[in-house]
Amino acid sequence: HLHLQPASSIAPTMSVEEAILTYLSTSQEAVIEDTLTWSDQSKLDHKAVVGAIKSLQGDAYVTASDLTKSYYELSKEAKDILANGAQEVIVLAALCEAGEGGISMPDLQAKVGKNVCKIGMGNCMKNKWAKKDGGNLVATKAVADVTDEVQAALKALSDAAGSDAGMDAKTIQALKRRKLINLVTLKSYKVGRGDSYAPVRKKKAADLTKEMLDSGAWKTTEFKQYNFQTLGEKVGGGYLHPLLKVRAEFRNILLEMGFHEMPTNKWVESSFWNFDSLFQPQSHPARDAHDTFFIKEPAQTVSLPEDYYDRVKTMHEVGGSGSIGYRYDFKREETLKNLLRTHTTAVSSQMLYKLAHQEGGFTPQRYFSIDRVFRNETMDATHLCEFHQVEGLVADYDLSLGDLIGTIETFFKKIGIEKLRFKPAFNPYTEPSMEIFGYHPDLKKWTEIGNSGMFRPEMLAPMGLPENVRVIAWGLSLERPTMIKYRIKNIRDLFGHKVDMSRTRMAPICRFDDLTE
Amino acid sequence: MPTLAVDRDDLFAHIGRTYTDEAFDELCFEFGVELDEITSEREEALKSDTVKLSKDQIASLSSSVIYKIDVPANRYDLLCIEGLSRSLKIFLGDMDAPAYQRTTPEKMETITVQQDATSQVRPFVVCAILRDITFTPERYASFIDLQDQLHRNLCRQRTLVAIGTHDMDAVRAPFHYDARRPDEIEFVPLKSSDDTAGQAFTGRTLLEHYETHPDCKHLKPYVPIIKNSPLYPVVLDNEDTVLSLPPIINGDRSKITLDTKNVFIECTATDLTKANIVLDTVVTMFSEYCDKPYHIEPVQVNYVDSSGVTTKSYVTPELPTRRVQAGVDFINSLIGIDESAERMVELCNKIQLGPATLEQSADGKQMLEVSVPPTRSDILHPVDIAEDVGIAYGYNNIRKHVAQTNTVGGEQPLNKLSDLLRDEIGRAGYTEVLTHGLCSVRDNFTALRKPVTAAVSLSNPANVEYEVVRTTLLPGLLKTLQHNKSASFSAGFRIFEISDVVLPDDKHTITQTIVGARNERRLCAVYAGPTSGFEIIHGLVDRVLSLTEVAPEEEYVANSTKGDEEKFRVARDGWYYTIHELREDDDAASTYFPGRAAEILLTSPATSGEKVRIGTFGILHPEVLGNFSVGYPASSLEINLEPLM
Repeated sequence: HLHLQPASSIAPTMSVEEAILTYLSTSQEAVIEDTLTWSDQSKLDHKAVVGAIKSLQGDAYVTASDLTKSYYELSKEAKDILANGAQEVIVLAALCEAGEGGISMPDLQAKVGKNVCKIGMGNCMKNKWAKKDGGNLVATKAVADVTDEVQAALKALSDAAGSDAGMDAKTIQALKRRKLINLVTLKSYKVGRGDSYAPVRKKKAADLTKEMLDSGAWKTTEFKQYNFQTLGEKVGGGYLHPLLKVRAEFRNILLEMGFHEMPTNKWVESSFWNFDSLFQPQSHPARDAHDTFFIKEPAQTVSLPEDYYDRVKTMHEVGGSGSIGYRYDFKREETLKNLLRTHTTAVSSQMLYKLAHQEGGFTPQRYFSIDRVFRNETMDATHLCEFHQVEGLVADYDLSLGDLIGTIETFFKKIGIEKLRFKPAFNPYTEPSMEIFGYHPDLKKWTEIGNSGMFRPEMLAPMGLPENVRVIAWGLSLERPTMIKYRIKNIRDLFGHKVDMSRTRMAPICRFDDLTE
Repeated sequence: MPTLAVDRDDLFAHIGRTYTDEAFDELCFEFGVELDEITSEREEALKSDTVKLSKDQIASLSSSVIYKIDVPANRYDLLCIEGLSRSLKIFLGDMDAPAYQRTTPEKMETITVQQDATSQVRPFVVCAILRDITFTPERYASFIDLQDQLHRNLCRQRTLVAIGTHDMDAVRAPFHYDARRPDEIEFVPLKSSDDTAGQAFTGRTLLEHYETHPDCKHLKPYVPIIKNSPLYPVVLDNEDTVLSLPPIINGDRSKITLDTKNVFIECTATDLTKANIVLDTVVTMFSEYCDKPYHIEPVQVNYVDSSGVTTKSYVTPELPTRRVQAGVDFINSLIGIDESAERMVELCNKIQLGPATLEQSADGKQMLEVSVPPTRSDILHPVDIAEDVGIAYGYNNIRKHVAQTNTVGGEQPLNKLSDLLRDEIGRAGYTEVLTHGLCSVRDNFTALRKPVTAAVSLSNPANVEYEVVRTTLLPGLLKTLQHNKSASFSAGFRIFEISDVVLPDDKHTITQTIVGARNERRLCAVYAGPTSGFEIIHGLVDRVLSLTEVAPEEEYVANSTKGDEEKFRVARDGWYYTIHELREDDDAASTYFPGRAAEILLTSPATSGEKVRIGTFGILHPEVLGNFSVGYPASSLEINLEPLM
């Protein structure tokens, strides 16, 4: 080790960086074999040395190669075992010494010590070296018949300076489980001269400053190379929620399509508007407490448009306008039950009622809404008991299923879904009804993407709409397209207080390929 | 949507054709049912989380393919393999729709209803007899499954209708339907647990048994339907043998076996319309297996009052075949197709609405007159016929239009304001959150150090987290902080939400309707960091009011040095706001740190010169922070946006 300069040759005033450069210029091999030993000898903090090397490496003053080393360190307990043997062997020896009658717990503890007793006894029982006999512990094996594998393994490790080379992985695992050994990793480097090596580092400026502009120093200053391989600084600022970004985009699309937004800021609804006005029979399963949240307080609707109520009741009970009705006794107490709306159609119904009654009579309309609805569903990765419903409807004379298909197609083209198929379906308040299936460009498969239909005449007639006015409507959830767009697997990661703010920060802008263009 | 599980090979045998999975899926799609899952008993067992079987047990299970098919909720005729395959065969043109017929027996069987008694608990009954039926193990299983399906769906867990099926030859007609005191009913029910096989019970002891015995969990849910009635309904034969104790259980004596030849079916009900639909469904499906297929023997039902006088009688099953008309032009216009009347007649055969004919209406329109079979109780109106014609035509063959409706789009002003403010507050460095409208009473009140006051509460909350509709947005934001502990608070953590709360209100009227509550649009923002950020939140208050064109009152800004910016302020005439310290005895003050809470007061043309509180802000009380496990000082603001419209 002749080439090693004595540690004292590093002047106390020298910076770590200067010390490294000086050593590389004055030592014979111009190499630091291992920063760890070198720091030790140079009485420098190894962390500071590594920091300086990284900085020098950035400017190619030095090269550094990784010399990571790992070894096992013995715990205090392990060192005791190394000296005295494993606890279970000590306990066994004590038991053997006590003879056939065994030894009581307190006596054993007094003899071998509390800690050794506790661990040793447990292991003796596990190894079946001892058994319980009344209150006493009795040996079932002679000390001579057992080997102290733990002590042997620790000795091997200790002799190999913590290296587990050639040792059984299971043995190491067992020692780790007993917290007898601990893997220590030492990161260090071998350092040599780099391409731009010089014994003294020339300070390069990191950034252009106001002072340089004022003094003109920027003309002569040498600038550090910029590392283009790292991300820029985070921008900070605020971020909008991904679901609400999608909501904004859907609103835009529907506004572009000439739809007018409905006032849906009304979560508590009467069963009347949520179900009865839609010609959904009072015995329909969706009206069970299993599906709908009913309100304890305020439990009942206070007032309703009574003449309309009468017409709805009649339609359910005996029909009319060409329908035979559902033929059952319509109950007022059922209609007055308050609930959290299960669909925004509760509002659509009110809009259509108002449209029929507006001054000057009915005029054709396009309506939409995107708002919360509530369902008493089993919650899982894709279902919460509240979610957002997107709903669009068109009311006009003599509309057809073809108009509905065309309107749905325009909407989905605007969110990048072109291939659609329609499946006959059932919905209590629409006839015909169609489930919408689309070939999803992100999922690359066919999937159900919405529901649709034409409102039943039994729903429209009691409102007082002209006979040949038809209403086409479709709906979908806002959560599902958002989860697909932002690659979210669990709805709780999208909606609610468990959302990770980092997800919100990372969410890109919401745009869809508009295929109508 | 009900799901029907059928053995694939059985189904194809019934249909008389075989398909690949893909081709069958396609057929289902066109017809309007959905092939939801392809599985097998073994696969099901492997997937099950609830039942864990050993490897050997699993290996012993059948691996024959099962199709799980979702059926529309109004098509009760598709809830068994018989009905589904029959409908598909007709749809494929392989079979004509059967004509379901009532036979004319030499002597019609009767059931006598003691209406004064039954009207107190379960008023109606309808009956039918399937003669000379042949059961096989598969048919028998399907017969039981169909009853289960109907009980679950149309019968609303047996509350509306309950089906009882009996071996006619094990009992003696005529039959009786009565309601008796629970202790006066005694019989041996169908076996429900090994330890009570063959044991006789009274009505009372039987219901107690079902409520408590671990093997009777499947029957327990029905007990409350009659439990507290003074009289229990009971169907009897002429020797007072109990056939059934509806809607709970049948008697053992009349139990159906594979050897049963003649089946007596009774449906007791609180809803007569549904009872008839249920009975028609069962007999139309299973009369297929009678020596004379699709022939059903009727039963006369006589209602008598307590003096024995017959007050009403009818014959069931009704098996109504209705002739219903729908205009050809109407169908074409509704579906958006242009089919000839003759082609529509043909299409009707595919969808079990045949035979159809063409008629002329009084005003000269061409009308399609179809036969609606008893299996199609879903047809209420000509639109239902139009839909079926559309299905037969194929929805995916319909030419699409875009409705020519000329309208102008527009936003709700409140939503527009909300969205504009969301953008601005995002720009101000706040991250948006979206939290639940439902929360616990604790989070909404006590955790905020507020007394529990009126809020819209649920009668059937899903769990304690969702007991009430929030009256404040703050808990959602604090819970968001709680769940984002690992985030960096060193530079201050800023979050906000604009959404609705719901407040009890018995005056608020929408569409002539008062439900007793109203929504209110709020903005809530929270700052949490190394220090409370009170001034930061205070600054947001000023910013929001500046953005909504409200000017600070002179008294409010008297002490602050007005920047040059002030000369660019734009505000609405007569709109001012000011900030006052919240008095400690104010209800809103308890959430905040004493002396660090304020109210926001608005003067606008709508307040007629009064200062009206629209919100509050302040440093959150350390106990509130503790209740939500927030480890940093924090300030919050909550403001009603509606007065700023």
